[in-house]
Amino acid sequence: MRGIISHGAYLPHRRLDRSTIAAVAGTGGGKGTRTVASYDEDTTTLGVEAARRALAATDVRPEALWFSTVEPAYVDKTNATTVHAALRLPADVIAADFGGAVRSATAALRSALAGGPTTLVVSSGIRTGLPGSSDEAQGGDAGAALLVGDDTAGPVLAELIGSGTATDEFLDRWRTPGDVRSKQWEEKFGETKYLPLAKAAVAAALADAGIDADRVDHLVVASTHARAAKAAVRKLGVDGAKVADDLSSSVGNPGAAQLGMLLSAALDAASPGQVILVLSLADGADALVLRTTDALASHRTLAPVADQVGAGAPVAYGKFLAWRGQLTPEPPRRPEPARPSASAAGRSEDWKFAFVGSRDRSSGALHLPPRRVSREGGAIDDMEPAPMADVEGTIVTYTIDKLVYSPSPPVVFAMVDFDGGGRAPVELTDIDPADARIGGRVAMTFRRLFTADGIHNYFWKARPVGDGVPADDTTTEA
Amino acid sequence: MASHGIKDRVAIVGMGCTPFTEHWDKGVDDLVLEASNDAFASAGITKDDVDAYWLGTAQSGMSGITLASALQLQNKPVTRVENYCATGSEALRQAAYAVASGAYDVAMAVGVEKVKDSGYQGLNAFPIPNDGTTRTLTAAGSFSMVAPAYAEKYGVDMGDLKKTLARIASKNHYNGARNPRAQFRREMSVEQICAMPPVAGDLSVFDCAGVADGSAAAIVVRAEDAHRYTDKPIYIKALSFVAGNGSGLIDPDYDFTWFPEIAACAEDAYAQADIEGDPAERIAMAEVHDCFTPTELVLMEDLQFSERGTAWQDIEAGRFDLNGELPVNPDGGLKSFGHPVGASGLRMMFEAWLQLRGEAPEERTIGSIEGDRNLALTHNLGGYPGEMVSFISILGATQD
Repeated sequence: MRGIISHGAYLPHRRLDRSTIAAVAGTGGGKGTRTVASYDEDTTTLGVEAARRALAATDVRPEALWFSTVEPAYVDKTNATTVHAALRLPADVIAADFGGAVRSATAALRSALAGGPTTLVVSSGIRTGLPGSSDEAQGGDAGAALLVGDDTAGPVLAELIGSGTATDEFLDRWRTPGDVRSKQWEEKFGETKYLPLAKAAVAAALADAGIDADRVDHLVVASTHARAAKAAVRKLGVDGAKVADDLSSSVGNPGAAQLGMLLSAALDAASPGQVILVLSLADGADALVLRTTDALASHRTLAPVADQVGAGAPVAYGKFLAWRGQLTPEPPRRPEPARPSASAAGRSEDWKFAFVGSRDRSSGALHLPPRRVSREGGAIDDMEPAPMADVEGTIVTYTIDKLVYSPSPPVVFAMVDFDGGGRAPVELTDIDPADARIGGRVAMTFRRLFTADGIHNYFWKARPVGDGVPADDTTTEA
Repeated sequence: MASHGIKDRVAIVGMGCTPFTEHWDKGVDDLVLEASNDAFASAGITKDDVDAYWLGTAQSGMSGITLASALQLQNKPVTRVENYCATGSEALRQAAYAVASGAYDVAMAVGVEKVKDSGYQGLNAFPIPNDGTTRTLTAAGSFSMVAPAYAEKYGVDMGDLKKTLARIASKNHYNGARNPRAQFRREMSVEQICAMPPVAGDLSVFDCAGVADGSAAAIVVRAEDAHRYTDKPIYIKALSFVAGNGSGLIDPDYDFTWFPEIAACAEDAYAQADIEGDPAERIAMAEVHDCFTPTELVLMEDLQFSERGTAWQDIEAGRFDLNGELPVNPDGGLKSFGHPVGASGLRMMFEAWLQLRGEAPEERTIGSIEGDRNLALTHNLGGYPGEMVSFISILGATQD
C-alpha cells in the first residue's frame, strides 16, 4: 500500500482584506481575504514551515524531498536544499526542485505516489499580480507538504487507489522568466480546453480505482483557472455537498501549493474509509483517487488548515504592496546589510538553517550559537548538538528598534528563554509592536532576514504563539 | 599570576583634544594633527622626541601608517589598536605599558574617529564577513532593554525612571553647555527630554550619545621623568580592562540590570590603585561611558558609587551633578560630546587632566577634590549588554 503518511500546510499570518484594494489601486479587489506572506517569507520559507508541520506529526523520515513552486527564491541554485537543511535531513536524502509551472507540483506528487523512496513533497506559492489585478486579489500565499510512502515505512493515512491524466498543449496562462506577473488568454478558451481534459482524467482515475463518481466523499479541485474548475465540478457527477471548500474566499489561490493545501484540509476533514478525489487542472488534468485508512483516526494534526484559516491578522494594502516590491518606501538611513558569506554559512549550516546550538555534556550549559568551549566549566569539544527549532520560549525582555535597518521597520527584538533552559537574542516576527510583552510565548520560525547581492539570508526568528495557531511541536529529541 | 597594575610608575605629561563636532571640513589627518600638536605643545616636545606611538581608531584607518603619514613620522613604531568603544583608552593603556616596561622613554597615544564621512546617521560598524546570523539590533535598541529590567527588579515606576534617565541627560547637557569643546552646548530640561518620541524601546534621541568627529592625544613617560616635561604630571593609578565572553546574551541568569564585565573591571581597577572600601572616599570625579542614559544609571552601581538598586535615588539627589559630591561627566560626557569611537576614552582623560591640574574653566571647575579625595576615574565600555568590553583608568595628581 502506498499513499500519504503525513501532511501539513502553512498559511502565513497576514491577511489582506480585498475590499481595501480598490481605494488605492482604483480598481480590483473584491470580497473576502487572501493570505499574505510577510516581508521575511519566500516560497522556500513557506515550504519549510509546511514541511516542519508534516514531519512533526510523524516519526517517519523522508528519503527524498521534492520542492515545487512557480516563484522560486533562486533559479540555477536548488531551493529544496535549503528546505533540506532547515529540516536537518541527512545528506543521503536527495532534495531537488520541480520548478517552473503549477503543474510541477502535481507532477511531484504523482511521481512520489508512483513508487520509490519515502518522499516529502513540498510546494509553495506566493501569488500576486499588478495592483488592481484579479491575480493580486484572488491569489494567495501558502506552503504545503505531503509525506508519501509505503505502509512498510509507517502507517498510511490515505492510500492511492487510482489515477488518471490528460495532457494537451494550449495557451491559457503564461509568464516569461523575470516578469512579476502572469498573463491569461480569454478565459472562455481555457475553459473549453480544460473541461474535456478534466472529464477524461477523472474517468480514467475512477476506472483505475474501480469505483463510480457517487462513491466520492470529498472532491478537491485545484486549478489555475477558477472558471474551468467550477464548470468541471458541475460536470463530474459528484454531489455538490461533497465538494471541498477551495478556500478562495479566505486564503486565495496559492498556485503550486493549492493542491497540497486543499488535500491537507481534506485529510483534516475526512474520516477513515472515505474516498477523496483530487483533480488538478494546470496545463492538462490530473486526477488522483485516495481512500483514507483507519490510521487517519489516530493521526494527530498539529495545525489543521481550518484553524489556520481562522487565525491571522490583517495587513494594510500599502504594506502588502511594499512587501511584494511594488511600492518602495523610504528605508531607514542606515547602511544596508552586507551579503552573508557562503563559506561562513557553510561552516554553520546546522545553526543557520536548522537552529541547532550545542550543549556542554558536563555542565549542561546551552550555547546559541554553538561553541567549542563551554561558558561554564570551560570544557573543550565536549558538546552535543542541541536542536532548538521546535522548542518554544518565553520573552524575558524586548525592545522596538526604529533605527536599525530592516526591510520592514521597526524591528521588534527580544531575549527569549527556551523551555527546558537556554536563552538567545532573537528578532520577533508576525507581531505588531504594540502586542509585544514580557512573558509572551513564542515559537521559532524559518525566515529570510534580507537579500543582499542576490543572496537570501535565511535564519530563524520567533513568532508569538497562543493566538489559535498551535506551535509546530512540543518537544524534540533535544 | 596577578593583575599588578603600574600604579604611580607612569605619568601623563601632555595632552591635546580637538573640539568634538561634525567636522565636515576636517579629515582624519587634520584631526590627529590638531590633537597631537596640542599634546606636543603641552609637554614641550616635538614629534621626534616621542619614541613610539599608539593610534586608536575603530574604523577610520588601518595600521600605524594612518598616523605616521598624517604626522610624517620618521621611522617610528606606530601601532593601530581597536577595542570597540574603548579604543582610545586602549591606545593609552598600550603606550603606558610600553613606557613602564622600559622599552621606550616617551610614548604617545592618539585617538581619532572620523564618523561623519559615512553619509549615515549613528555609528555603523564595518561588516565583517559572517554567516548572516548576527543580531539585527542597534546599540540603542540593545541598551533600551536595560531600563525596563531595572525598573522591574527594583520596583521603580517606569514613568519615574524615565524622568531619572532624563535627569542624567539634562545634567550632562548642563555640563556640556559649559565646555567649548563639546558638540552640544545647549542646556536641556528634564521636561524637554521627556517630551521626545522614542526611537528604540523607551529611549528617545536625547537618551543617546551624539555622533561627532574628534581626536585626543596623551604623552606618557616614566613617573621619575615626569617633571622634566611638566610641573603638574598626572599619575596613572590603574588601567583595567575586561573583554566579555558574550555569555550574557545566552545566560538565562543575566537580568540586564548590571554589566558584569564592568563590575569585574572596577574590582581590578580599585585593587590596582590600592582603593579599599567605598571608592567614593578616594575618587572625586568620574568620566563614564554614557552612550545611553540607562548605561550611566547602571554604571553608578557597577563602579560601586551607589549600592545596587539605589543609583536612581543618588541621581535624583544630585550627587553626580557638577556641584555634587561626586561629579560624573563634568565635561558633558558622550551626551554632549558625541562619540568618535577612537577618541572618546582619551577625551575623558583630558577632562581628568584639566580638573586634576586645576585647569578647567571656572564655570566647570568641580569642588569635590579635597584631601584624600583627589582621584579621577575614567570608564569606557564597548559592545552591548551581555557582550561588552570595559576599560577603567584611575588617575591622580600626586604619587602615594
